[in-house]
Amino acid sequence: MTICARLSKKRRKVLIFMDEILKILDKEKGNISRAKIAQMLGTDKQEVADAIEKLEKDNVIVGYKTIVNWDKTDREVVTALIELRITPQRGEGFDKVAERIYKYPQVKSLYLMSGAYDLAVTIEGKTMKEVALFVAQKLAPMDSVISTATHFVLKKYKEEGIVFEDDEKDTRQVITL
Amino acid sequence: MIDYGKIVSPVVSALPPSGIRKFFDIAAEMKDAISLGVGEPDFTTPWSIREAGIYSLEKGQTHYTANSGLIELREAICDYNDRKFGVKYDAKTEVLVTVGGSEAIDLMIRTVVNPGDEVLIPEPCFVCYKPLTIMAGGVPVPIETKEEDDFRLLPSQLKEKITDKTKLLILPYPNNPTGGVMSKADMEAIAEVLRGTDIMVLSDEIYGELRYSEEGHVPFSKIDGMRERTVVVNGFSKAFAMTGWRLGYALGPAELISLMRKIHQYGIMSAPTTAQYAAIEALKSCDDDVEEMRQEYNYRRRYIVDGFRAMGLSCFEPLGAFYVFPCIKSTGMTSEKFCEKLLEEEHVAVVPGSAFGESGEGFIRCSYAYSIENIQEALKRIEKFVQRHTRK
Repeated sequence: MTICARLSKKRRKVLIFMDEILKILDKEKGNISRAKIAQMLGTDKQEVADAIEKLEKDNVIVGYKTIVNWDKTDREVVTALIELRITPQRGEGFDKVAERIYKYPQVKSLYLMSGAYDLAVTIEGKTMKEVALFVAQKLAPMDSVISTATHFVLKKYKEEGIVFEDDEKDTRQVITL
Repeated sequence: MIDYGKIVSPVVSALPPSGIRKFFDIAAEMKDAISLGVGEPDFTTPWSIREAGIYSLEKGQTHYTANSGLIELREAICDYNDRKFGVKYDAKTEVLVTVGGSEAIDLMIRTVVNPGDEVLIPEPCFVCYKPLTIMAGGVPVPIETKEEDDFRLLPSQLKEKITDKTKLLILPYPNNPTGGVMSKADMEAIAEVLRGTDIMVLSDEIYGELRYSEEGHVPFSKIDGMRERTVVVNGFSKAFAMTGWRLGYALGPAELISLMRKIHQYGIMSAPTTAQYAAIEALKSCDDDVEEMRQEYNYRRRYIVDGFRAMGLSCFEPLGAFYVFPCIKSTGMTSEKFCEKLLEEEHVAVVPGSAFGESGEGFIRCSYAYSIENIQEALKRIEKFVQRHTRK
């Protein structure tokens, strides 16, 4: 990412600092202490803590997430991607209907898309039936929904940049010059 | 029965057998050892590069290439060096693709060194220059660089060692093991000493992309008047995390490159073909990968320097490569003793500075080509060890 060259030197430095913090947090999925970030950036802990607080307050950082491979647990989690075609509403576009959809806790993500359909919805549930019924009973009947297409996830290989069954090991010698 | 001692070359027999081999073997066998001892990236080669290698195999590109290397690769090398460092070389006559940077170093030394010629080697440095000089019949002349000079080669030190037998100066910067770098101004000062002499320069710039100061890497051949006397050695191992592919290159004046190619042609034929195709992809489309790895090394660099200083060891701030070189004199141990005991007591493997020349005595080389978690654990153990052994 490039930080705009027209900005003042001080402002640019702050933005680059913030950008570096975001990159580290993103890479470590939020699971890293402020002290460690400070050491990695050659600054002090308080400065990092202040920056993160500001990023949280400004809704740049909107949350932290643990990536779970549910297949390794006893819990059954069914994930589905649903394509929705929508009639946008006058004056409100897709936002109003999007809001009515994302308010459901079952909806894990919602994106407005270009191309063959309009909204991409990710739903999580305990069973396929539960997910299918949610689509049939909650999404499909909405006035502006023209059509739905439900795709169930069979296996997750990679999520948020993390490969679930990564078998790349450190095969280097213990010492080389 | 043949007495091999009698038939083999006395020059080879007398080469230092990498004195600390025994220590390495113990480290290698220790199952739970945690290591900061490796001189190569922890990153796997970026996927697009590996994919290009695989694709070349699928297409059946399994033959020798031109002795100098694929012309497409040589052109890509020239474009890359122009784009990144602003140095221009002719792909047809001034580039030689080699089996790692190491081969290029060997070729350059063998091409210019005559029996009895002196080769100036700033130490601490990578271990190959001295034996390769000896095998070429040359005389290695170490120049001791110092921590208080940021392990740079000073013009005064250079002047002091020049004799009428001096043939070649090795410039191993950014430096393994110290992480020291030479700024443009530092190199200008060295160039000033060399101007008007016939002393040649082998600039080993294998860590050139791994610089952490605002001033980026400047090839020595870019310094005014130095191009005609300099062979720049670089390669794919460090910047592109391609150590196992064994691919490097030399850039230099056409006449020298053509002589180096002669040795290469008889001894090697051509560098591995798969690696050459993969390297084209590396040069053409992996700038972002290189930058990302550099950034990551930089985080770890700050982290590890901070860690060593926090435990009370003096640690010079390295601005290149991926090594730190903390001073362990406060423990009263020699480098080798320190490393042996550290391995024995805390199961941490690091390399004694003395492995890189006498002036490395009193230091240890720690690589930060490891995950932060690994570095953190190693630092914790080293701190315990240092506290136990520091003279009160």
